[in-house]
Amino acid sequence: MKLVTAVIKPFKLDDVKDALKAIGVAGITVEEVRGFGRQGGHTETYRGAEYKIDFVPKVSLGIVVADETVDAVVDTIVSAAATGKIGDGKIWVTDVDRLVRIRTGEEGTEAI
Amino acid sequence: MRKRALRITSGLGGVFAILALTPSVGFAQDYVPTAQDYLNNIWVFIAGVLVFFMQAGFALVEAGLTRAKNVVNIFAKNIADATVGILAFFATGFAFAFGESGGWFIGTDNFFLDGLDLAAIPEGGLSPATTFFFQAVFAATAVTIASGAMAERTKFSSYLIFSVVMCAFIYPVVVHWTWGGGLIADIQIGDAIFSDFAGSGIVHMTGGIAAFMGALFLGPRLGKYDKDGNMRAIPGHNIPFAILGVFILWVGWFGFNPGSELLADEFVSTIAVNTMLAAAAGALLTTITIWIKAGKPDVAMIGNGALAGLVAITGPCGAVTPLMSVVIGAIGGVIVVFSVLFFDKVRIDDPVGAISVHGVVGAWGVLSIGLFATYDDAFLGREDAGLFYGGGFEQLAVQALMVLIILVWVGATTAALFAGIKATVGLRVSEEEEMQGLDVLEHGLTGYAPDTVT
Repeated sequence: MKLVTAVIKPFKLDDVKDALKAIGVAGITVEEVRGFGRQGGHTETYRGAEYKIDFVPKVSLGIVVADETVDAVVDTIVSAAATGKIGDGKIWVTDVDRLVRIRTGEEGTEAI
Repeated sequence: MRKRALRITSGLGGVFAILALTPSVGFAQDYVPTAQDYLNNIWVFIAGVLVFFMQAGFALVEAGLTRAKNVVNIFAKNIADATVGILAFFATGFAFAFGESGGWFIGTDNFFLDGLDLAAIPEGGLSPATTFFFQAVFAATAVTIASGAMAERTKFSSYLIFSVVMCAFIYPVVVHWTWGGGLIADIQIGDAIFSDFAGSGIVHMTGGIAAFMGALFLGPRLGKYDKDGNMRAIPGHNIPFAILGVFILWVGWFGFNPGSELLADEFVSTIAVNTMLAAAAGALLTTITIWIKAGKPDVAMIGNGALAGLVAITGPCGAVTPLMSVVIGAIGGVIVVFSVLFFDKVRIDDPVGAISVHGVVGAWGVLSIGLFATYDDAFLGREDAGLFYGGGFEQLAVQALMVLIILVWVGATTAALFAGIKATVGLRVSEEEEMQGLDVLEHGLTGYAPDTVT
């Protein structure tokens, strides 16, 4: 099992969710996060004073998938989240040692 | 032509006269009020309710323009102003302001409303109960202005002391000197006597000066200026709160100014029109000014602009034409932007712009009467008193003198008060508390707690 973590632009969340559901993904966990990459921050003004927003709001998705569907999930996110402009985000994949469905006690791929 | 001088005893300036005429307790009430008398009292009561609702507006503006970690403290201070402030005004404030045996300095009786036949409505006037209700909510307004300028770093207990002294003594003396018939009301230069219909100076400038002294004695919030002394923006945490608060204040002002007519007559609506126009002009000119200065139409500043228009027209609303109300509000909207930027530059940290909106623009409102007054608002006692209407400089001189006297009195007393608080119980929270936020350490709870319990 793998955990796919994708940090994307917030307004792309619905597109990504729809695309993932279309290929059979059964669950997504979403967090509102802030950070910076190559995009850097932007400047805002408040009461006549400019200030820099270094950490830009993004949405982070966590999806646990079976090994054989990882590539399809990653490719789907890439095509759904891409705008071609700077700041589209990143995806990384990590190993998952154990997965349990709390309601039933099912473990492993049964719990996905 | 308006014949408003005929009923001068009904204007705010005549409250003192009405109270003097009010029969004392036990005296049989001979006069049977007419429907018009009841209407006058009911209207002023409803206007007072609108003014009281301004507390909600102040609370939201201040909470919105400050950080989430201090939101409980902001609301606590506003509740304090509406509670201890009104009780203090009941105990001594009203007596100092309107006490029957007052000399030029201060009234000395009717403490705790003692000795007043509260329900007695005099012919063409207000009962003492109506008058007290309307005056008490004004006092709560005057004191709560300072709360915003002192936000995010003031000890709650110290703020309570300030709130009590302000409503019990400092503000009532200003009222006594003006609407109560004391020091400022006695000034006459040529034909000119003071005018401040609903209190650009008496209420707003008084609150603004206290706000300035509070911010001065406190010093800027941690992080407002970096190590090199450059100003840093500390954005408010909830702009919708702030703008909702502006609209609530705007609505409240339709009680503040038209209610100060103290009668249900044909001028209530003309004053409301002037109030509406000045607010709109203030907001528009602030939008243009900040757009040019900062490159963006910053809505937090535009909110200040609407309030600046309202503060500016509070004094002249009964004496000027609708077109001149637009001019007065517009100038207020320009002044407020430059004033906010100025106080930031000289390191007076005012998180919500209270000093600029109420203090600086309040002074402008008082002075504008000397320039634009054309109608008799029941204070002026004559028409065309303003410089631009052929009245000469006399009215402007009286208005300037009024600004100066209020500035000296409120400046000196609040400076002494804050210095005293600072030297004894302390005015400011610890550095650690300021960084953590006042909510948890001063009040024991957060404003936006996560739902961890079912």
